[in-house]
Amino acid sequence: MDEGLPACEVPLVSDAEIMAVCEGYGNDPHRMLDILRDLQDRFRCISPQILTVVAKQTGSTRVAVEGVATFYSFLSLTPKGRVTIRLCDDIVDRFSGLAEVTEAFETELGIKLGHTSRDGAFSLDYTPCIGLCDQAPAAMINDIVVTNLTVEKVRGIMAALKSGKSPEALISERFGELKPHERATRMVDNNIRHAGPVLLGPVPEDAGLRKALDLAPADIVDAVEASGLRGCGGAGFVTGRKWRFAAQEPAERRFIFCNADEGEPGTFKDRVLLTERPHLLIEGMTIAAKAVGAKEGVLYLRGEYVYLRELLQSVIEERRERGLLGPAILGVEGFDFDLRIQMGAGAYICGEEGALISSCEGLPGEPKTRPPFPVTKGYLGFPTVVNNVETFCNVARILDRGAEWFHALGAGGSHGTKLFSVSGDCLNPGVYELAYGMTMRDFLSLVGGEEAAAVQVGGPSGTMIARDSFHRRLSFDDLTTGGAITIFGPERNILEIVEYYISFFVHESCGYCTPCRVGNVFLQRAIGKFRKGLANPKDIEYLKDLSATIIETSRCGLGTTSPRPILETMENFPLVYSALAKPSKDRIRATFDIQAAIDDARKLAKRRSYIFDRDFGQ
Amino acid sequence: MSDLPKARIATASLAGCFGCHMAILDIDERLIELMKLVEVDRSPLTDIKRFTKRCDIGIIEGGCCNEENVHVLRDFRRHCDVLIAIGQCAIMGGLPAMRNAIMHSDDPLRECLEEAYISGKYIRNTTHSIPNDPALPLLLDEVYPCSEVVEIDYNIPGCAPTGDVIYDTLSGLLTGRFHGFEREEIRFD
Repeated sequence: MDEGLPACEVPLVSDAEIMAVCEGYGNDPHRMLDILRDLQDRFRCISPQILTVVAKQTGSTRVAVEGVATFYSFLSLTPKGRVTIRLCDDIVDRFSGLAEVTEAFETELGIKLGHTSRDGAFSLDYTPCIGLCDQAPAAMINDIVVTNLTVEKVRGIMAALKSGKSPEALISERFGELKPHERATRMVDNNIRHAGPVLLGPVPEDAGLRKALDLAPADIVDAVEASGLRGCGGAGFVTGRKWRFAAQEPAERRFIFCNADEGEPGTFKDRVLLTERPHLLIEGMTIAAKAVGAKEGVLYLRGEYVYLRELLQSVIEERRERGLLGPAILGVEGFDFDLRIQMGAGAYICGEEGALISSCEGLPGEPKTRPPFPVTKGYLGFPTVVNNVETFCNVARILDRGAEWFHALGAGGSHGTKLFSVSGDCLNPGVYELAYGMTMRDFLSLVGGEEAAAVQVGGPSGTMIARDSFHRRLSFDDLTTGGAITIFGPERNILEIVEYYISFFVHESCGYCTPCRVGNVFLQRAIGKFRKGLANPKDIEYLKDLSATIIETSRCGLGTTSPRPILETMENFPLVYSALAKPSKDRIRATFDIQAAIDDARKLAKRRSYIFDRDFGQ
Repeated sequence: MSDLPKARIATASLAGCFGCHMAILDIDERLIELMKLVEVDRSPLTDIKRFTKRCDIGIIEGGCCNEENVHVLRDFRRHCDVLIAIGQCAIMGGLPAMRNAIMHSDDPLRECLEEAYISGKYIRNTTHSIPNDPALPLLLDEVYPCSEVVEIDYNIPGCAPTGDVIYDTLSGLLTGRFHGFEREEIRFD
């Protein structure tokens, strides 16, 4: 098998071409991510020449540009293939035959995973969850996505690509003639299994926005607060209160940011809203703009959802034409709001609002120290409201139907409905819009997952519950979730799941805080010991201690939740751990592998060990 | 005190500089007190090369950089009830573990040896080769602290630990009065 080359030839480009791209973004260092993404698309890598020219052109330094280029996993310093295939390496994909699919791609391409073919035609990589767990295994091929992959399907795809067809032609021979919405739905099934009254049911056009026109900004904030709406991204902060803080802060400019960077493995509800309710989303953002007095907005779309960019761009343009975006919205003098799409580039951490803002400022997507919170000092130092896609959609509906209507839905302190993205071992994976307060048992029978042995609620940073907790309710007061419900049947290995989730955090840690950067690697190794049957009872204490340190000493949500897959399973599946932890009889560590440790030296010295090789004398 | 049967102690220096063994001697005239409580079995101090009996306490200086270190350390674990790691090398790998920093290389061990014996700026090695006598134990891929190879019961920190902390720990353990270190004893700033 052709190993491929770690780096094929760096394409030669003229400085003028690179400069032209930079000028397209006004040589603005805050648009660094767009500039680099654009250059990567054109020249297949961010070469040393590109780094130098971009730094000069934007008045930045080379090391700063390189810092951005190396931070995002969709940017590469070495050339990628003209067709880059990124297989989604989520746990659900693994349980749905990812290994066979990967092997099929490797065989068809003649290169190994992580390599680029010698002629520069193809690259093959893994990427964490791309938000298609309900149709796994899935992959991105350049800017399009393919789903429900099988070995047969892979052969078909590769035959087409090798015969010179474009990735778009895989979806439809007449891809160019399709409307953006049709393109998206041809690629990805929405899988809406249950529509509720708020978001996925029938929604009148811009009814909320029109009602908001007659309201004073403070009244809009009051209505949103009175509705009891809480952030739908996972943290559940009261939306009205967030807006109030932003509106109160004296400032020249304010910003409305939509966080469409849903990267939590197993979450894909925003994908469906972005496909089916883009107008509602932008309506919600426009209402937010009026409420807090913002004139500018950003829709931060995760790099994995690039296939939706065109659709969203067309919606934004349509709304500008209809006078729903831009200066004097619906003819109201002084009500100006417009927004742009900011593409991410494959970094989970950018779903954290500080990191998201850093990313929009053209920096590596590292979280910011809090306080100050973004509502007082956010994008470029101005008050910034960052809300999830679902939250903005809810806002538009609240303004239309009234705060009381929304407040009456749900249970306890959780009002309205919630979108759940369901995947894993169940009959009907997909998106469900349900009122808060359902028990897990009822939920499982609704989705056809009664067999479940474990359910991951809220993705890896959420909680994993066992059968004895299926009476618990999905709400902010009990089982909170940003939307991900991943179901695991009795045949699944809990520790395999935990190891996957920890590896995910190892990959996605931004590296700023040492306990998170290093500690998660140690957690990963320790779980590996359990899986190999080499753990002893002290390792359970070690896992707890280390987890506590990581949680206490990391500055953002990634570090403070990354040990949760371990802590939660330790609490809810204690027997898994205790059954695998055995004290060693002779107190010699079984984890130390002497044969592996001396292998380098054996090869270097070209002789065997007189202590550890039995046939030394021969 | 004297009517108790004497405890047996063994010591070994693995990948260390022997400084910790020197520090053991630094307990000065209290050595006489200590010898009333113990007999020394296998140790470089007695030049006994093999265990003659099972021991109560084993003291290990240095981490594991080669296969022989691993062999000796495992032997100590099998023959000693309580195993003490003494000094930073035994506890964390110490100075020898600096070679673990060669990590962005396809062949870190070769890179390390070549710099040490051939390509280093101040090397005068007329043979221009890396020593490879059959009697030399094979090096490990990296330097390991003792606790990664066997279970360690106590760590005495320091580089080297002072005679005082060594004496206090040993006499405390032997009389069943050891309850951890005084903060002042293990402060180095």
